[in-house]
This record gives sequence, structure tokens and C-alpha cells, in this order.
Amino acid sequence: MTAASTELPLTSSITIVDESPARLAFRRLLQHRSAQVGFVMLILLVLTALFADRIAPFDPLLPLEHVVRRSTPCIHLLGCASGEAQHLMGIDGNNRDLFSRVVYGSRLSLQVGITTVSAAILVGGLLGALAGFLGGWPDDLIMRALDILMAFPSLLLAISIVAVLGPGLINSLLAIAITEIPVYARVVRASVVAVKDHDFVTASRALGASRMRLLFVRVLPSSLTPLIVQGTLGIATAILSAAALSFLGLGAEFPTPEWGLMLGEERNSVFNSPHLVLFPGIAIMVTVLSFNLIGDGLRDALDPRLHR
Amino acid sequence: MLTYIIRRVLLLFPVLIGILVVTFTITRMIPGDPCDVMLGEKATKAKCTLFKKHYGLDKSIPEQFARYMLNVAQGDFGTTIRDRRPVTDVIAERLPLTIELTVLATVFASTFGILLGVVAALNRNSTADTATMVFANIGVSMPIFWLGLLLAYFFSLTLKDTPFYIPPSARLSPGVSIVPLAKVWGLQNLKGYQRFLLLMASNSAILNGLLTGNTKLLTDALWHLILPALAVGTISLSVIARMTRSSLLDVLGEDFVRTARSKGLRERLVIYRHGLRNALIPIVTIIGLQIGGLLSGAVLTETIFALPGVGSRAVEAILSRDYPIVQGFSVLVAVIFVFTNLIVDISYAYLDPRIRIK
Repeated sequence: MTAASTELPLTSSITIVDESPARLAFRRLLQHRSAQVGFVMLILLVLTALFADRIAPFDPLLPLEHVVRRSTPCIHLLGCASGEAQHLMGIDGNNRDLFSRVVYGSRLSLQVGITTVSAAILVGGLLGALAGFLGGWPDDLIMRALDILMAFPSLLLAISIVAVLGPGLINSLLAIAITEIPVYARVVRASVVAVKDHDFVTASRALGASRMRLLFVRVLPSSLTPLIVQGTLGIATAILSAAALSFLGLGAEFPTPEWGLMLGEERNSVFNSPHLVLFPGIAIMVTVLSFNLIGDGLRDALDPRLHR
Repeated sequence: MLTYIIRRVLLLFPVLIGILVVTFTITRMIPGDPCDVMLGEKATKAKCTLFKKHYGLDKSIPEQFARYMLNVAQGDFGTTIRDRRPVTDVIAERLPLTIELTVLATVFASTFGILLGVVAALNRNSTADTATMVFANIGVSMPIFWLGLLLAYFFSLTLKDTPFYIPPSARLSPGVSIVPLAKVWGLQNLKGYQRFLLLMASNSAILNGLLTGNTKLLTDALWHLILPALAVGTISLSVIARMTRSSLLDVLGEDFVRTARSKGLRERLVIYRHGLRNALIPIVTIIGLQIGGLLSGAVLTETIFALPGVGSRAVEAILSRDYPIVQGFSVLVAVIFVFTNLIVDISYAYLDPRIRIK
């Protein structure tokens, strides 16, 4: 056997990895099938939200004249007379173009998801970091208090909070953010506790780093990974909860183009004009699905244990 | 095992007190004078003082809280504002339906979720597997209330003249009604918790039908609960299916499964006795975690299917600012949630001996 033939398979099967873990994870994410689907959906949604005023053919708030209330979609490509105005998703119960409302709804939905989760991560993350970093009685106090918050089913807690604050979009977002706080506090606390006694933290402390610096520069970055995963999945939940509150009449109010509210307004006409219920629901589902798929992809890509 | 259960039950007390603190704080945070809220804007000063004295609102906050705890411990959740009925009566009237719905949805979600998960895991990477997982992904992303509306449309309009027709709303068909158990058994003089329990059993159409042998009532109630249970259960079904699949795949890759196979055990036994049994712990966890979601789902679904449960009443109460009801329901739901979690914890200990010994 010659030397060349033993070397050949080695060089062909082993590739040398000199990429940073972050880039590796990003590559894995882009190769993840469900994440790919999720990203495509999300990009389309973001574009819709950004260019809502160009995409929507009509004003989402103003009732149209010369239209039949709750009429079915009129699409020229599918044989609707070209003399009639095109309404891709039909007309709603207040003579508004449903397609325009659904398009504008994407703005609100994305904002809702991102703001509630950011608020919850900020407050929850800070509480969790303090609990994990300080240990002792502050830890017990914070975590037990949050445990009690978790004793309530989250949507029902949100409903009770809205009951106190009064119905409205902002109040419902606040309520959802509050119910999500314990989740992030737990995630951050767990990773803080896991790394705070590692050698690199001790070394940093020995070098005279302040407690603040230790916490924010050395310890907290380690909780970034689980936070990103949890946050992405959390956006999906937050969008669903906000839609549910609006559906019940406790969130966004007339005439806001909010998908849950649109469903709630038309729920009694489901038998006569099902399209008014169908489309906003699909919009909610697609948005939530995109975040769920990306969240799953992120979890797989960021968890090194899955890539032995 | 017994010491484990006792320890877990003792740990419940701080949580229960915490729940009371939260609901107490929530109602104290209501903006405005409670007198104005309860009696309306036109209440006179004298009336207000009397009102505050009657409800103990002139006392200090700790005293008020102690009083509230005592009342709740005695099963007194106050009276509703609108029609001055005891909140416990409203609960006994509304809660059974919500429990029925939650239980049916749980049964549906667990059975089909585990079934689909097992099928997917055993046929890994097959079409059935992919289809199940796509379905599961879509299932967790659907708004319950939307699914409910679509199911109602499909089963009661599209399938209107077929044997698969299912009614879209109401609890019972016209002509079918619940006969109060107190009347049937001549127990009108009961008081306190006995009366409450009897009312609960009586108002549960399913339990009532079973106890009195009224099969018409039983089947009619179940028939009307099919669609709501499907709507409520679908999200959990998806979550359970995913968890079952991944958990079973993990276990089937373990050494003891290989051992079982190599000693010639039949594949069926390997999968059910060695595989599924060990995969059950995470599955039971996830089912337990779903209870909260299922309760919330029941609340959302009741409003769609015109079911007179806790949820639809709570929403009414919020919109009309009937706080005693909101407060009572919140305590109740949290307590149910906490107790189901307790049952889940105990069932782990049963499934996994390592937990009870620790």
C-alpha cells in the first residue's frame, strides 16, 4: 500500500473547521428546513408590514361606498367581472376592504409580538439575573414570587390583569408581557447559575472586575442562546394571546385593523360569510407559524449537543 | 411514596396563599373608589361609609387581607354586583361545563397526540412522520377561536344533511334539560359545601346523566361538546405528538432497548414495555403543562359555541366590571391548575421510582 492511497480518504472526508461558533450556528440555521420555510414566511410578512400603504388598495379604516356589505371576494383572475372593483378578500361588515385590513394588520401583529416579548425579556431577564447572581434570600424572594405568577394559566392571568387595567390594546399588551416575565426570569437565572462559578468568571473577579461588569460582560452573554430561542417562540405565543384578547373584546378596539378583533367582530357571520373569518385567521396562523418554525430551527442550530 | 405526596401537599400552602395575595392585590388595584365601582356614581357619602363598613373596607390592608383569607377558607367568595347572588352559586352553575370541556379536550389531545407521536417515531422520516410533524407545527400555530369557528362551519353547515352533522352551539338540544339532582334525590335542605358539591354534580350534564341513568342527557351533552373539545384540544394534541415522537426516539436509541431486542423480545413488547413506558415521563410532564392552556382554551371556546361555562361568564363580568366574580374565578382556576400540577408530579413519582426516593 502506498502512502498516497492512505492519505487520500483522510483529506477528502475531513474538513477543517475554523469558523466561529456563531457563524457555524448561523450556517446550521440556514440549512434547517423548517427554519428556511419560517424565514421565507417572515420576510414576506415584514415586507408586507413595511409596504402596507403601497400594497393595500384601500384605506383600512374608512368604509367604502358603492359596495355590498359582507360581499364575497372579487378577484379578476378568477372570473370576477372586470367592471367591478377588485376585493381580494371581500368586504367586511363595515363596508371596508378586508384585504387592506389584513395587510395593515401585519404591522400591528409584528409590533405586538416584538414589544411584549422585549418588555418581558427586559424585566424578566433582569430579575432572573439578579436572582441567580445574588443567590440567597433575594433569589428565593424573586423566584418564589414569580412561581406564584406561574400558578395562573397565562392567558387567564392576562384576562384578570386586563380586568383591572381596563380593556384596550396597550393594557392587553402590558398584561401579556407581565404573564411572560417568569419564563424569561427562569431562563436567565438558570444560565447565570450555571456559569457564575466557572473559572473564567473567577479569573475576571480576581482581576478586579466590578460586580456589574462581571454580571453584564462575563455572565449574561451565556444566557443569550436560550433567550433567543425562548424569545422567538415567545413572540409566537404573544401574538396568539394578543389576538385572543382582542377577539374577546378585551384588546384592540374598533376600528383598529387587528386580526383577532377582525375575527371577533365577524364571528357571528361565520355561516353567512365565512371568508371574513377565514382570512384574518390564516394571517394569524401564518405569522405564528413563521416564528414557531424559526424558533425550532434556532433551538436545533444553537444546541451543540444535537450535532455530535 | 406517601411521604413524597405529603411533602408535595405541604408545599402547596405557600402557593395557595400567594394566589390569594395576587387576587387580593388585583382587586385592590382597581382604579377608583370601590364604593363608586360597586354602588355606582350616585352613591351618597353616608351610603358609602355604611358600604365600606359592611365590607370591612374601613380597616387596614392587612386586616382586610386576613378577612378575605378567612372568607375564602370558609368558601365565601362574596356576592355578584349585578344580581347579588353568592359567587359560589355562580361557580357551581358555570364551572362543571368548563371542567367537562377541559377533561374531554385533554382525553382527546392525549390519546391522539400519543398515537400520532408513536406512529411518527416508529416510521421515522417516512411520509407519515413528515405529515404528522407538519400537522403538529400548524396545530400549535392556530388560534383556538378560529379553529372553533371553522369546525362549526364545516360540521354544521357543510355536513348539514349528513349523519356527521354536529351542532355548532348551545349546551343541549331543545327539549333536553338538566333535572337538578336536589329534586331527584329530595336533598333540598343541604347547606355549605355539601350543597355546593351537589350543585356541581347536578350541573355537570355528563355526571348528572350518568348518576340518574339519563342516557339521552348524557349523549346529547357529549354530542354538543365534540366540536369545542376538538378546538380546545388541537394545540395540545400537536405539542403532545411532538414530545411523544422525540421522547420515544430518544428512548429507542438507548442501550437497554438494544439489549431487549438482542435477547429476542418481540418488537411490540420492546416498543410498549421498554420504549413507551420510559418515554412517558416527559410526555406526562407536557400533558400537565398543557392543562393551563386547555383551561384558557376552554374559556375562549365557550364564547364561540355559546356554552354557559366559567369563561363566557368571566368575560361578561370583566366587561361589566363585576369584580367579585373575576376574583372568585381567578382563585378557582389557579387552584385547579395548581392541583392538576400536583397530580402530574405524583404521577411522575409513580412512573419513575428515582423521583420518589430522592
